[in-house]
Amino acid sequence: MRAPVSELPINLEDVSVTAGAVTVLDRISLTIASGAPTALIGPNGSGKTTLLRLAMGLIEPTRGRVSWGGVEHTPPVRRALMFQRPVMLHRSTAGNLRYALAAAGVSRDARGTRCEELLALVGLSGLGERPARKLSGGEQQRLALARALAKGPAVLFLDEPTASLDPAATKAVEDVIGAVTALGIKVVIATHDLGQARRLAGEVVLLHRGRVAEIAPAEKFFSNPKTNEARRFVAGELLV
Amino acid sequence: MPENASALQLVLSGDPALYAIVRLSLFVSLSAAILAALIGVPFGALIALTRFRGREGVIVTLNALMGLPPVVVGLAVFLLLSRSGPLGSWGILFTPQAMIIAQTILIAPIIAALSRQTLEDLWLEYRDELAAMDVGPLGRIATLIWDARFSLVTTLLAGFGRAAAEVGAVIIVGGNIDGFTRTMTTAIALETSKGDLPLAIGLGMVLLTIVLIVNALAWGTRGLGQRFAG
Repeated sequence: MRAPVSELPINLEDVSVTAGAVTVLDRISLTIASGAPTALIGPNGSGKTTLLRLAMGLIEPTRGRVSWGGVEHTPPVRRALMFQRPVMLHRSTAGNLRYALAAAGVSRDARGTRCEELLALVGLSGLGERPARKLSGGEQQRLALARALAKGPAVLFLDEPTASLDPAATKAVEDVIGAVTALGIKVVIATHDLGQARRLAGEVVLLHRGRVAEIAPAEKFFSNPKTNEARRFVAGELLV
Repeated sequence: MPENASALQLVLSGDPALYAIVRLSLFVSLSAAILAALIGVPFGALIALTRFRGREGVIVTLNALMGLPPVVVGLAVFLLLSRSGPLGSWGILFTPQAMIIAQTILIAPIIAALSRQTLEDLWLEYRDELAAMDVGPLGRIATLIWDARFSLVTTLLAGFGRAAAEVGAVIIVGGNIDGFTRTMTTAIALETSKGDLPLAIGLGMVLLTIVLIVNALAWGTRGLGQRFAG
C-alpha cells in the first residue's frame, strides 16, 4: 500500500482555475509529499474542493501545471477521492464495494475477500446486505471511504469527510482515517474543522480567497501562525 | 344486462376464439415492447450521457414522438410494406410481424424518452462518483441501466400498456383477419360495430384485467427496488 513514485509528490506550479469570471484558485504553487496527512483548511469558498479535484485530476487548470511524480496528465489509477456528500449507488452496502472493486480491476475471485476486509476496516461488517441508502449518515461516510480504498490508492483525497456528522460518527470516521494513514496511504483532507486538522494533520495548508495563505507543519501552524490570515483563522475571525 | 352475463360466461368458460385473440394480442404487444426496449433504452442512455450540437432538438423531437398517432404509424408502415413500397418484397403486410413493427415504432419513442429522463436524473447523481472511480463510457451506461432497472421496468410496462391498448396501427397493417391478425382492440371495434356485444365486453374485461395486472406489476417492481436496492 506504500505510495509509488508515480503518484507522489503532487506538484502544482503556478496553477489557476477560473469558472467564468470567477477565479477559484489564483496562481497556487504547492507540493504534496508522502508522509502524515495534509489538511487543506480555509473558510467556505476558499477553493479547498477545487484544489482537491485538481490534485485528483478530475479538472484541468486554466493556467499552470499539475504533475504526479513528475508526470502530467496521468490517469487517476491510484488516486481516490471521497466527496463531501458521497452518493451511494442503488445497491447493497457490499454491492457498492464490489462495484468499486470491479471498477478498480480487482478480479472477480478476489472481490469477496477484499470486500470483507474493507468492510471490517471501516467497521461495517455485518451490514453488507443492507441497502447502502438506508445506512446512517456516518455509516454512509465510512462506506464511501471503503469504496475509495477499493482501488488501493496511494493518495486518498477527502473532502469534508465529517461535515454534518455528530461527534460519535465523526470519531468513527477519524479512526478509519487514522487506520488508513497507518497503512502508508497519503491522506489529503479538506476541512474547516480546526480540531480535526489538529488531530489528524502533519501539515496544514491554509487557503484564503483562492490563494495559499500559509503552509506549515500542523504543530507550528496552530502554536505560532505566521500570517495575519492564519492568526485570524485560528482565532475564528476569518469567516470569508 | 344479459350481454354482461354472456361476456362473463365467455371469459370463464375459456372460449377458444376469445383466448386465441388474447394470446395473439399479448404476443404482438410483448414482442413490440421487448424490441422497443432494445432500441429505446440504449438510445435514451446515449442521449442522457452525451452532449452534442442539436441535443435539445433531439430531446424535444423524442418527447413529441411520444404522442405519435397510431393511425399515422399504421399508414407509414402500410406504405413501407405494401407490395409497391420499399419493403414490399418482405411480403409481411397483414401479418403479426407487420403489427409488431408498427407497435415497435409507436412505443420505441415512449421508452427512449422516459428512459432518457430517468437515466439523466441518475447520471447527475452518479457523475462525480463514477468519474472518481475512473469508469469508462460503456461501464457508465451499463451501471446507469442496471441501477435504474426498477424504474426502467415501469417505463417498459408503460410502453406495453400503450401497445396493448392501441387499435389504429394494428388494424391498418394487420387487417383484422379472423384467427390470424385479430387482436383484442380490433376485435372489440369489429364486434361492437356488428352488435355482438358479449364478445366485445368479454374482450374488454380481459383487456382491463391485463392493464390492471401490468400496473400492479409496475407498483410491485418499484416496491422491490425500494426494498432491495434503496
